[in-house]
Order: sequence, then structure tokens, then C-alpha cells
Amino acid sequence: MLRWVKLACVALLAVATPALAQKKDAPRQYGVGQVATPEQVAGWDIDVRADGQGAPPGKGSAKEGEKVYMERCASCHGEFGESAGRWPQLAQGKGTLASNDPVKTVGSYFAHLSTVFDYIRRAMPFGDAQSLSNDELYAVTAYVLSLNDIVDDNFVLSKETWTKVKMPNAGGFYDDDREMTEKAFWNANPCMSNCRPAVKITGHAQAVDVTPDDKGKGRGVE
Amino acid sequence: MSDSEKSATRRGFLAGVAGAAAGAALPANAQNAKNLPPNVADWTKQLGEGVGSKPYGQPSKFEKDAVRRTVPWLTATPESSVSFTPLHALDGIITPNGLCFERHHGGIAEIDPNDYRLMLHGLVDKPLIFTLDDLKRLPRVNRIYFLECAANSGMEWRGAQLNGAQYTHGMVHCVQYTGVPLKLLLEQAGVKPAAKWVMAEGGDAAGMNRSIPLAKALDDCIVAYRMNGEMLRPEQGYPVRLVVPGWEGNVWVKWLRRIKIGDQPWFSREETSKYTDLMENGKARQFTFVMDAKSVITSPSPQAPLKQKGFNVISGLAWSGRGKIKRVDVSLDGGRNWRTARIDGPVYDKACVRFYADFEWTGEELLLQSRAMDESGYVQPTKDALRKIRGVNSIYHNNGIQTWALKASGELENVEVG
Repeated sequence: MLRWVKLACVALLAVATPALAQKKDAPRQYGVGQVATPEQVAGWDIDVRADGQGAPPGKGSAKEGEKVYMERCASCHGEFGESAGRWPQLAQGKGTLASNDPVKTVGSYFAHLSTVFDYIRRAMPFGDAQSLSNDELYAVTAYVLSLNDIVDDNFVLSKETWTKVKMPNAGGFYDDDREMTEKAFWNANPCMSNCRPAVKITGHAQAVDVTPDDKGKGRGVE
Repeated sequence: MSDSEKSATRRGFLAGVAGAAAGAALPANAQNAKNLPPNVADWTKQLGEGVGSKPYGQPSKFEKDAVRRTVPWLTATPESSVSFTPLHALDGIITPNGLCFERHHGGIAEIDPNDYRLMLHGLVDKPLIFTLDDLKRLPRVNRIYFLECAANSGMEWRGAQLNGAQYTHGMVHCVQYTGVPLKLLLEQAGVKPAAKWVMAEGGDAAGMNRSIPLAKALDDCIVAYRMNGEMLRPEQGYPVRLVVPGWEGNVWVKWLRRIKIGDQPWFSREETSKYTDLMENGKARQFTFVMDAKSVITSPSPQAPLKQKGFNVISGLAWSGRGKIKRVDVSLDGGRNWRTARIDGPVYDKACVRFYADFEWTGEELLLQSRAMDESGYVQPTKDALRKIRGVNSIYHNNGIQTWALKASGELENVEVG
């Protein structure tokens, strides 16, 4: 009942607001949906921003994190973050980003601490998401940082120490600049005839021979 | 395996996927003379199955080739993997729901629609929760959009690798969405003046989260619950997904559970560690949302070989995240000479268009290419032009011109040209 009264007030306000105060008409309120309670929001509000906003209470050291990591993470990511099989590699790879074989890890590529913390919090361990306690979460994140020599074994990660962590590739990213750097791709009159010298085939997919055929297992997925 | 054995295997594959007609170029498919004139076919004499035998209809059992396929070596596990749309087996602009490619990061969430909730909070006057019924009560729109994964053609940066349009270009689909404009939902909550970004989050086991500028959210994003008229398929985010027209598929968060409004981006894993474009100098572009104009010839192509000399139609798809497709050109000689293709069917903003080019094939070897242009004036570049600017490590946003080599046998191969 209260809700309807509130909505009625909102509607009255909208009517009472002088047209000049707003460039457009106030958007219509449909009275559909419920107000989310703080408790409801708290249960789902798990994101953590680069500046640490949203980081939960709790703390954990790299040393404590080693135990969690070995039990919950190492079977896929490798004991030293080197990856087992095709699972993501978490450590090493420094200095490879400009090479022919870039290795993107927490240490070599991630620009923000929040990126690894937020991801572990929402999606790890794979198949048992959102099962770590806050202390475990801080500890295992600290351990992954220590695998990358970003912090030492005694480092205790918490909301309070958040900004002490300096990610090595923090300056490695810039916003989409295609409209500037690829301006040449805008062309009102693309060439229609004799556009290039004789064409040579320089590579064959069949020579690479990695295309699945219909005889193997797991091809059709329906 | 020797080279000749490999080639025999491939021929077997191609013959297996070839259609029904007899051809000069490839061996004829099996036919049953008793069904051919002057004989009267079995199905003309006997009654068929009655109505209602299939409450939800399925394709003909003869159309086994039109299925999604995977490349198992690409990923560690099927729960975080991809399947590809069989572009070579389709025509027109609409992708059938069951053939839309899949990309999941934590498997397909199974959500009971009664327990579905969408939470909208952050820098708003009034945080809100919507049920599915709530969303269905609100004014809705119908829009046809393409959805392309940023990693579509990502395996081709270093050269021709996968042999088939399904594998090189099959992380795209185009359907009609029905849903509520995100703007309308944001208006219900009342966005505060400081707001600049929104974060969309999935309710699946990956909890996929992406930051989207508020301006885009207020422009054309849709909180969609239907595709091609029916409710979303589970693998496309049932019951609710975000539609972000023209932008990379990863931001079209499926199983949408939460939208948070903030004043800066979140730099989530999927917008830093992944879906950033590493350039040759080791620096990476971030927030490269827009999918540039792209096209591909879907038939003939390696999985859809030519069967007959003489008259044939080249058929392909084109799309652009920057607006409508304005024109598509086709080349038979690897990009030396071009002619403008015929676009047939509707041309919508940020949707697939279908193009055709008629040609007489005398059995000669050709290098087939297509080149899309959009209303912003952007012209689909060659792969080499892209590599010159970006190098070969960027994985994402490879919209370079595709080359299929047509051989005298009617088979086609994905090739790199220089």
C-alpha cells in the first residue's frame, strides 16, 4: 500500500514540476517493479571497482592464500600459476607483450588489482563460484600477486592496503582510437578496377590442417 | 597421415556435406531412381505423419549439415567455450534460434522464470527489482540486430587457419529481439546526474560483468526476453539478455541479473584481461566496443562447394556496428577488380544484410572476396591493411576481407593472399 502512495506522490510531483525546469517531459513512471531493499542489494552487489569501491570487509596474507590456492586453484592454473593444460596462465609472461608470443597474466597484463579480485569473487573457483570467504578471497588474491612478484609473502591484502598494490602493466592500455588511427578505412570511393598487382596465394588453411571434420567426437553440439 | 590421405579425408568431408543435386564438378549424391520421373515417388503415394506429431517442429532429417559446430582444441572445457553458426548452410538475414552461435563462460544457466529477478541500482534515486512478468508488462520494441563476438575471425590474424565460413566467421548471428528499452527501465529508477557508466552482470556461474557508457545505455540498448518471436533460448540468456546494438557480443550480457549505475568503468576481467586489443608495441586498446563493417561469402565456401559449371550465385552476409550497410562489392580475382553485389531483403541499422552476385563459372580457379561498406563511409579493409596498423596479436576485431580459393574441382579453400 505504502508503495502505491509513494508512487502517487512521485506522479503528483511530476505533474507539478514546471515544464521550463526540464528540457523534456518527465519520463513516464509505469509503477512496475518493486523497490529493492538494502538487504536485497547487499546480497548481489559483489562488484569491486579499480579504486577499491565495493571491496568487502576482511583480509588475508599471501602466505594464507597459498593453502587456498593449492586446494582450490592449482589443479587448473598450476602450482606456480603456470597453467595446467589450456586453463589461463596467471603468472610470468613479463616483457612478452610486444613479442610474437605474448603471455597475458595477472602480472604481465592486468592493469588493476580489482580485475583479478572481482573476477575471483564472482566466478572462481570454476564450477564453485562465490564459495570463498572474504578472508580466503583476499588471501588467494594476495598469493596470485605474490606469484607475480607484485607483493611479498607477508603482504596482507585488505580494503586498507588496496592502494598499496602497484600493477606492473597499469599504463598498458588506452581507449579505442580506431576513428583516428584507422581513418584511412573511411573512403567514399574505394578502388573498383586494377586495384593491385597480380594476386598470389601466400597461405593455405588446408596446410595448417586444424579444422575439425564431422567424424570426430563432439562436433555437433545440439 | 600423408598429404594424399589428408586430401582424401577432406574430399570425403566435402562430399558428405554437399547438397542434393548432381554436378559436373563433384560426384553426384546418391539418388533413388524409383522416386524420379517417370516413376511416382513413395511420398506421393503414402500418407505422411499427422499434425501434432512434433509439438515443436524440427528441421528435416535431411538437413543434418545445418548444425552448430565446435573447435574442441580452442578451449579447455565445454562450459567455457564456443560453437559456431553454420553460415554456409543459411540464407537470408535471420538466423534460426537453434543455430545461433554460443559463447558461454560458465555453462548455460538454467533459470526458472518465476525466480528470475533483474536488479537495477547504484547511482539512482530508487533501486528497483523487476520480475519477468514486470518486464513483459512494460512497453516493448522489436528490433533486428546482428550480434558478433569480438573474437570472430580471431584465429585468422596470423594467416588462413580454419577451413570454412562457419569457423572463420560463424561467431555472428542476426535475429529479431523483443524487449524493453534499457532507457525506460533507467527512467523508472531515476538516474542521478553524476552517472556516466552502467555495469551489466549475468546471473550465470561466470557472473559476466561489463561496463557500458551511459550514453549507449540511453540510446538503443534493449533488455530483451524474446528472439524471433519466441522466448530467448537458454543458451542465448533465457529469460533475459542485454542487447547492445552494433557492439561486441561480450557486452550483450546473458542471463542478465543486475544493472548498476556508476560514474566510472569497472575494468572487469572481460574488459581488461580479455576483449582488449594488444597492438604490436605491447600496448592494448580498451573499450573497443564497435564492430566494424565486415562481410563474408557464405556460399560457395569450403563447406558449400560448387557443384555445377555454368550459372551460379555467390551469396554472402554483411554487417556493420556503425549503422546500415550501404554497399557490398565482390571480387573474383583476389581484390584486383570489384563489382557491386545485389543486396536483397531488408537493410536495417546494425543488422545483417544478404548480398548476391551472379556469375558464370567455366571451371577456372578464382579467388573470391567480398568487401562491405557502411553508411559512415567505412570500407572493410584487407587483412594486411589491418595487420599493418595492429600487428597480429590483437585476437579481437578482425574484420579483414576473406579470400576463398575456388579450385577446378569446385572445392574451395580458405587462403591468404599477398
